[in-house]
Amino acid sequence: MASPMRIRAASKDGVTEVRVLMSHPMETGQRKNAAGEVIPAHFITELTAKHNDKVVLSAEFGPSVSTNPYLAFKFNGGAKGDKMVVTWVDNKGESRTDEVQIS
Amino acid sequence: MKRKLMAAAIGVTAAFAAPLAFTSEELNFDAYRQMLADGNPAELFEMEGEELWVTARGPKNATLEQCDLGLGPGVVEGAAAQLPRYFADTGKVQDLESRLMHCMETLQGIPSGEIIGGKFRQGERGKLASLVAYVVTHSKGKPIAVDVSHPKMQDMYAMGEKVFFYRTGAMDFSCASCHGEDGKRIRATHLPNITTNKGAAEGWTSWPAYRVSNSQFWTFQHRLWDCFRQQRTAEPVFASDVTIALSVFLAAKSNGYEAQWPGVKR
Repeated sequence: MASPMRIRAASKDGVTEVRVLMSHPMETGQRKNAAGEVIPAHFITELTAKHNDKVVLSAEFGPSVSTNPYLAFKFNGGAKGDKMVVTWVDNKGESRTDEVQIS
Repeated sequence: MKRKLMAAAIGVTAAFAAPLAFTSEELNFDAYRQMLADGNPAELFEMEGEELWVTARGPKNATLEQCDLGLGPGVVEGAAAQLPRYFADTGKVQDLESRLMHCMETLQGIPSGEIIGGKFRQGERGKLASLVAYVVTHSKGKPIAVDVSHPKMQDMYAMGEKVFFYRTGAMDFSCASCHGEDGKRIRATHLPNITTNKGAAEGWTSWPAYRVSNSQFWTFQHRLWDCFRQQRTAEPVFASDVTIALSVFLAAKSNGYEAQWPGVKR
């Protein structure tokens, strides 16, 4: 199973800043291992961030994003105690969802 | 959007136009480090380590919650800032890695040989690194306070100092060859002058760290091992006295400086 994300969400003056640190190898599929074999591609393809049940950010990721990606964004709205849910899906169909309360 | 692209394009042109005029400020990695401070992926290792600390593992199926890192059983807060230190129960000077290894062996029954004979970032040595990430994070912002009053600490300090200046290997390098003067660098990497307290602290308080270029978390043992490798000399045995002695030398010189753990490197 994929490792947890670390999510921080803080609301200030009606704007919520969300910071997400994901744990993922993000293999491009272009690298080779010591034996000269291609390391299969393994990267996040989609990311969705929901405030309560409303999608506030949806993103397409690709192989050019670094290992253990870090994403920060802001959206209008959100209050202390609201739920912030982030989900990613990778090219192998694995996914991970973590949630946090907005502080 | 278009305007942003233009600005970016101009930035790129400017960078190409003056490739030779780097000032030390431009070579400085600090700005990048500040940007990453909020999202240092070392946190992912810290999270794993935090879980490992309270997970019952090994042949004895025990957690590490009774592990004494020098401030009493189970005390993690500030523990890394006072290491390495002399431990009466083992009669040895131990750094964080060797102490954790001791705890894993005595409490959990995980043989130290497995870690010493293992590889970095793999198996039990990899798990040990995550534990290191967890422990050092709980000393972030604390001043380094290494007590060298014990005779064994003084011996270790003296040995560390000797090793630091000892020239060896195919290139006849010592640590001091690269880290003995101000203003030196390798490519764009600034090399701290470890003969000064400030320089030693620059190294000691910023490792263990997450390396952005290879997405790896490196403990201080790993960092020292790489120094030996770059020196083209025999690779040190994991957690051996020579590595601990160098750590004592660096840590003691860093006393009073604030720990930045876990660091983030290029």
